[in-house]
Amino acid sequence: MNDWALNFKAGIARAHARAIGAMREPSWVVFDVILPLLGVAAYIYYYRALGADPIFEGFVILGGAMTAFWLNVLWGMAAQLYWEREVGNFQLFMITPMSRMALLAGMALGGLFTSSIRALSTLILGILIFQIKISVAEPLALATIFILTMLAVYGIGMMLSSLFLMYGRDAWNISNLLQEPVYLVSGFYFPIRELGLTISAVASLIPVTLGLDAMRQLLFGPASQGILPVWVEAIILAFQAAIFMILAKFSLDRMEQRSRREGRLTLRWQ
Amino acid sequence: MLPDTLLRTGRIWNVEQSFLLGHLIPFRVTTAIEIRSLSRVFSGRKETLALDDINLTVEEGELFGLLGPNGAGKTTLIKILSTLLLPSNGTAHVLGHDVYSDANSIRKRINMVSGGEISGYGLLTIRENLWMFTQFYGVPRVVAKKRIDNLLDIFGLQDKADAKLRTVSTGQRQKMNIIRGFATDPELIFLDEPTLGLDVSTSIDIRNYLREWISECSSRTMMLTTHYMKEAEELCDRVAIIDRGRIVAIDTPAGLKRRVGRGSSFLIEATPFNPESIQSIPGVRAFVARPSEDHMHLRMILDDESVIADIISEIVSSGAQVTSLNKNEPTLEDAFMHLVGRGLV
Ligand SMILES: Nc1ncnc2c1ncn2[C@@H]1O[C@H](COP(=O)(O)OP(=O)(O)OP(=O)(O)O)[C@@H](O)[C@H]1O
Ligand SMILES: [Mg+2]
Repeated sequence: MNDWALNFKAGIARAHARAIGAMREPSWVVFDVILPLLGVAAYIYYYRALGADPIFEGFVILGGAMTAFWLNVLWGMAAQLYWEREVGNFQLFMITPMSRMALLAGMALGGLFTSSIRALSTLILGILIFQIKISVAEPLALATIFILTMLAVYGIGMMLSSLFLMYGRDAWNISNLLQEPVYLVSGFYFPIRELGLTISAVASLIPVTLGLDAMRQLLFGPASQGILPVWVEAIILAFQAAIFMILAKFSLDRMEQRSRREGRLTLRWQ
Repeated sequence: MLPDTLLRTGRIWNVEQSFLLGHLIPFRVTTAIEIRSLSRVFSGRKETLALDDINLTVEEGELFGLLGPNGAGKTTLIKILSTLLLPSNGTAHVLGHDVYSDANSIRKRINMVSGGEISGYGLLTIRENLWMFTQFYGVPRVVAKKRIDNLLDIFGLQDKADAKLRTVSTGQRQKMNIIRGFATDPELIFLDEPTLGLDVSTSIDIRNYLREWISECSSRTMMLTTHYMKEAEELCDRVAIIDRGRIVAIDTPAGLKRRVGRGSSFLIEATPFNPESIQSIPGVRAFVARPSEDHMHLRMILDDESVIADIISEIVSSGAQVTSLNKNEPTLEDAFMHLVGRGLV
C-alpha cells in the first residue's frame, strides 16, 4: 500500500472515531447548540434595543456560528495530543506507520464535524428565529472563503496541539490568551474596521478575523465595510493555512525527535 | 558490494546454498533483530544507565524472551526496537532497518503490545477501537474485518465486541490490546509482559495463541518480556537474562538450566525464621525466601553441596527447625538466581 492511501485511510479512521464518539454522548449538543444561541440572542436583543441597523443582527449570527470552530480549535484541537498521551493512546499512534500529519488532519476533521453541527445549528436557528435576511449572491466564493478559513483555523489547531504536547500545561495560557480578545478583535460581533487600522492588521493574523470579514462582505454586501477586498483576503488566508500547517508539521516532527531522544514526551511514566 | 546491500536490507541470505538449491528448498538465514553495543541513558535529576552495551541477534522465526528483575531495562529495549525511543549509543536494526534513520519502514512491519497499557477510546466499542488501529496500518477493509472477527473468536471476546470499551473489565481490555497487536499481521511483534495481571486460564489461552501464531508461519518473530519464569520456559526458544541494563546470559531455557550445574539447587522448608543471615554464609550464590503462614520456603543456589551443612546449622541456631530438604533439578528460576545472584521476586 502506498503512503498516500495509508495516510488517507488513517486520517479518516481517526476522524470517524471522533465523530461516532461525539454522537454517542449527545449531552454536548445541549451545551453546544443552546448556549451559543442564547449568547447570540442576547446580542441581537441588545442591538434591537439600541435600534441599530438590522445588518448587525446578521453579523452576530455569523459570528456566533464561526465561534464554534475557533473554540473547538483552542480547546479541543490544541489539547488533543496532550490528552491522548494522558490516556495512553499517543505512544500507540507513534508506533504506527501513518504520517503525523494524517493523525493531526484526522483530529481536525473530527473536530470540524462536531463544530459544524454547532455552527450550522446556530446559523439555521438564528436565521429562523430572528428572521435574518441574507442573500448568497456568490455561493462559490463563499464556499471557497469558508474552506480557506477552515484550513487556516485548523492549521493553527494542528500547530497548537503539537506545541501543547511539548510545553504541557504552560501552553494552556496560549489558549486563554487567544480566546477572549478574539471575540473582540475578530469582529465576531461587529465589523473590525471600527477598531482602527493597526488593531485590524494585528487581528488579521488570526485567520478567523479575515475569514469572517470576507464572509460578511459576501453575505451582506458593501454595508459590511470590509477591511480588504475579498480576493486579497482569500490569498492571505491561503498563505496562513499553508504556513500554519508547515509549522504544525515542523513542530510535531521536532516533538517526535525530542521525545525519542529524551524518553519523556510520548511515554507516560511506567 | 553485494553482501553489504544484503546486510543492510537485513536479508542475509546464505548465497551459496540458495544458489545451489534454487527454489526447491527455500533455505535462508535471516536476522530479525540485530543490536550492537547499544546503550541508553536517561538524563534527569539523576542519570540512569538503563541499557549498557547490549549485543543481541534474534533470528527470524524465533520466539525470544527477555527476563529480568524490575528496572532491568526490558521495556527500554522494547521501546528502542519499536521506534519509541532512540539509542544513546550503538546501533539497532529491526527487520534490516536502522531504528535511527529508518523508523517508518520498521513501523509498517511490526507491532507492540504492553501488558499494563491502557489505550483506545472508552466511548467506542472494542470492535471499533480495533478497527481504527488496523486503519492506521492501512489494512484493507475486508481483511481487517475478517481478522478482527477471527481474533475476537480466538480470545473469547465476541460477546463483548460491541460493548463500549469503558464498560469492559481490565482483563477484557488487555485481550483487546493483544488483538490490536496481531490484527495488523506484523512480521515481528513485541510483547511487554503480555499476561500481566491476567488470571491463570486467560494466561494459558494467550500463551497457547502465541505459540500457535509463531508456528503458523516461519517468517514470524516475537520478542516478549515476562516476570513469569514458567512463561519464559514454556514459550521461548531463547531467553536473554537482563540485569541492571546488561545482558547476563543468552541461551535456550535448557541451556540456561544446564549452567546451574548439578547438585547445587536446593529447596529447604523450615519453621519461620529470619532468613537474612543466610546471605552472608560463604558459598551461597543466591536465595529466595518465601514465607507462608507457618513455614519458610527457601530456594537456594549453592556453589558447592557442602555448604548445605552450614546453612542447616545457621537455621537451627536461630531457633527454627528444618522440616524438609530437597535437591532440585535446576529450573529456569534457579538459572536466573545463579546468573543474577538474586531471585526475581
Ligand atoms: N522515561 C524515563 N526517564 C527516566 N528514566 C527511565 C525512563 N524509563 C525508564 N527509566 C529507567 O530506566 C531503567 C530501566 O527501566 P525499564 O522500564 O526498562 O525496566 P524494566 O526491565 O522494563 O522493568 P519492569 O520489570 O519493572 O517493567 C529504570 O531504572 C527506570 O527507572
Ligand atoms: Mg517493563
